[in-house]
Amino acid sequence: MPLLMPRRDFITLALFALVVITMPVWLQPLGAAYPGLMQKFAIYAVFALGFNILFGLTGYLSFGHAAFLGVGSYTAVWSFKLLTMDVIPAMLFAVVMAGLLAIVIGYLSLKRSGIYFSILTLAFAQMCYNLAYSVLTPITNGETSLQLTLRDPRIIDLAFAPRGAGLPTAGLFGHSFSGLEGFYFCAVVLILAFFFAQKIFSSPFGMTLRAIKSNQTRMSYTGFDTKPYTLTAFVISAMYAGLAGSLLAITDPLAGAERMQWTASGEVVLMTILGGVGTLVGPVIGAWLIKYFENIFSAFNQGTLNTVFGFLPDGIREPVVGVASKFVGDGWQLTLGLIFVLVVVFLPGGIMEGVRRITAMVRRGGTPAEGAMKPQPAE
Amino acid sequence: MDAILAQLLNGLDKGGAYALIALGLTLVFGTLGVVNFAHGALFMLGAFCAVTFRELITLETVTTDPTQLSPWGTPLEIRTPLAQTWFGEWGGFLIDYSVPLSILLAIPVMLLIGIAMERGIIRFFYKRSHAEQILVTYGLAIVLQEVVKAIFGPNPISQPMPPALAGAADVGSWIGLGANVVTYPWWRLVYFLFSLGVMGGVFALLRFTTFGMVVRAGMADRETVGLLGVNIGRRFTIMFGLAAVVAGLAGVMYTPLVPPNYHLGMDFLVLSFVVVVVGGMGSLPGAVAAGFLLGILQSFASMNEVKTIIPGIDQIIVYATAVVILLVRPRGLMGRRGMMES
Repeated sequence: MPLLMPRRDFITLALFALVVITMPVWLQPLGAAYPGLMQKFAIYAVFALGFNILFGLTGYLSFGHAAFLGVGSYTAVWSFKLLTMDVIPAMLFAVVMAGLLAIVIGYLSLKRSGIYFSILTLAFAQMCYNLAYSVLTPITNGETSLQLTLRDPRIIDLAFAPRGAGLPTAGLFGHSFSGLEGFYFCAVVLILAFFFAQKIFSSPFGMTLRAIKSNQTRMSYTGFDTKPYTLTAFVISAMYAGLAGSLLAITDPLAGAERMQWTASGEVVLMTILGGVGTLVGPVIGAWLIKYFENIFSAFNQGTLNTVFGFLPDGIREPVVGVASKFVGDGWQLTLGLIFVLVVVFLPGGIMEGVRRITAMVRRGGTPAEGAMKPQPAE
Repeated sequence: MDAILAQLLNGLDKGGAYALIALGLTLVFGTLGVVNFAHGALFMLGAFCAVTFRELITLETVTTDPTQLSPWGTPLEIRTPLAQTWFGEWGGFLIDYSVPLSILLAIPVMLLIGIAMERGIIRFFYKRSHAEQILVTYGLAIVLQEVVKAIFGPNPISQPMPPALAGAADVGSWIGLGANVVTYPWWRLVYFLFSLGVMGGVFALLRFTTFGMVVRAGMADRETVGLLGVNIGRRFTIMFGLAAVVAGLAGVMYTPLVPPNYHLGMDFLVLSFVVVVVGGMGSLPGAVAAGFLLGILQSFASMNEVKTIIPGIDQIIVYATAVVILLVRPRGLMGRRGMMES
């Protein structure tokens, strides 16, 4: 069978697909095999994959990617409200809208690089967030969040079937999602998104982006106009974000402005860093870990802590539980911040670099390979 | 005329806060070359210095008086603040003026926090990329704000201003506009003057002392100053501490205007970054000018007359200004030529 890609990539893709599809099985012992959480795993993996196409390949650190996620969500919910509960148009519109917005924001922001680019994207995202809360309330429904109502027009749906009782749920070709179907749909989207990311990484376009990251000045001296390439990368990654936003709306038809806040942009940066910037699988792992621990840690309370530390004698247990309780439950963000700092300080390449270091150590029979593999930049 | 004057005044105190935070950010960037996303958190820590100080000074002793009964029939509890028992009349005065007095607590605390931050983490990031500096300080900001949340809880804690300064100044009558045409709360006026004072202090330190001269020389060319045998690293560490103090003081005095909660810093951080960029990365006068400019712009944009012409302008004016400035004049209003201009 002729493969569409190098053998190695194909194996990666097949393994990845296997891991994603069998999630309900291997997450069972970890206590995370319920649809709501697994959907989040798939959705945020898409988001992080897309973010990595910009940050990982070109090195441009955007601090405003949540704006595209939010726009995707709003567009999808509007498509549900006005046209149909089918997910295909919702996803299409969301991706297109996020892409259009990204053309504008990207065109302006990419006029600058480095920290200025970060601040420009941040400023644009904050503008979107503030507008969604104030003037655009007729579109976004402000603080109450945009949601489905019983009086939505839903032109296409209602042309074929009478209005049923209660709120409809999203579905594919007239079949409404229930149970694990929503997750499997997101999983398929994630696998496709991974496939495209793989294609981008191995394409000449991806090569160019990496060259821009390593030395933009030299690229322009060799006669390359870097702008269209970075802009394309920006738009593609925003489309991924829009897609993730529409998936959020599909699994739960509700869109609020807090999705666009800059802390949400910070979260996707963290996922990418934690997993490994510039690697394909890293951001996905980062997204899964963060969403998993967020879910596990924030569910912890005093009672569970007492059972966990039950082996300690009474006098010691209380202070230990007292301290530990600051890191779980509502304090989960504190743990997140600490992980963030530790990863950036000690493991800038993220988990993937950690894995690479360990394998290198094992191969060399216990001697760490410090810097031996690193290409020396020719100055 | 009076409406314009009123908005101008309204912009001054917010502008003062922006300018102080931006000044600290610029100091850190100009000396150490570090983009500090945790600077907003320092502002927030300063505000919580005021909260802590007030809690300390209002510690009470509770004594029960069995001869008197409260309306519930239990013995009457008499609460006397320790400060009052120790200092008498003076104690009441101390409690009334807890916010300005907490400056005394904030200065050493913020200096220590700043130096600890620089020595503990920031110094390992001088040679790393700006992106990594942003990331580590962003993580640090999350940690700081969550620690504060764990200690003080998620709700805002309001701080009363000294009762003598609670009213409003009739600014209009001072310049002959008639009584009660333009009024301005005393505390905001105090905040504005205070911010001017702190800025003046920082500029005087840099301008008229040997320490300041060395620091300025180091900002211009760190290597040469180092080669001349000056331990410039230590002076830059002190400057980081100083920047933390400036942010902290801005936070302390801001507490009566906005009750501090743990994400106060994040709310100000984005704005003050915008201020720094507008003023010009690394330019101290630029940071101050841009702070006041944006504060005043924002208060004009929130006038109803303006909002009816361009709806929503009050929400985006600051960011829109930043975008325009960055695209038209990348080095900001007063930035040096060639300073981070790419």
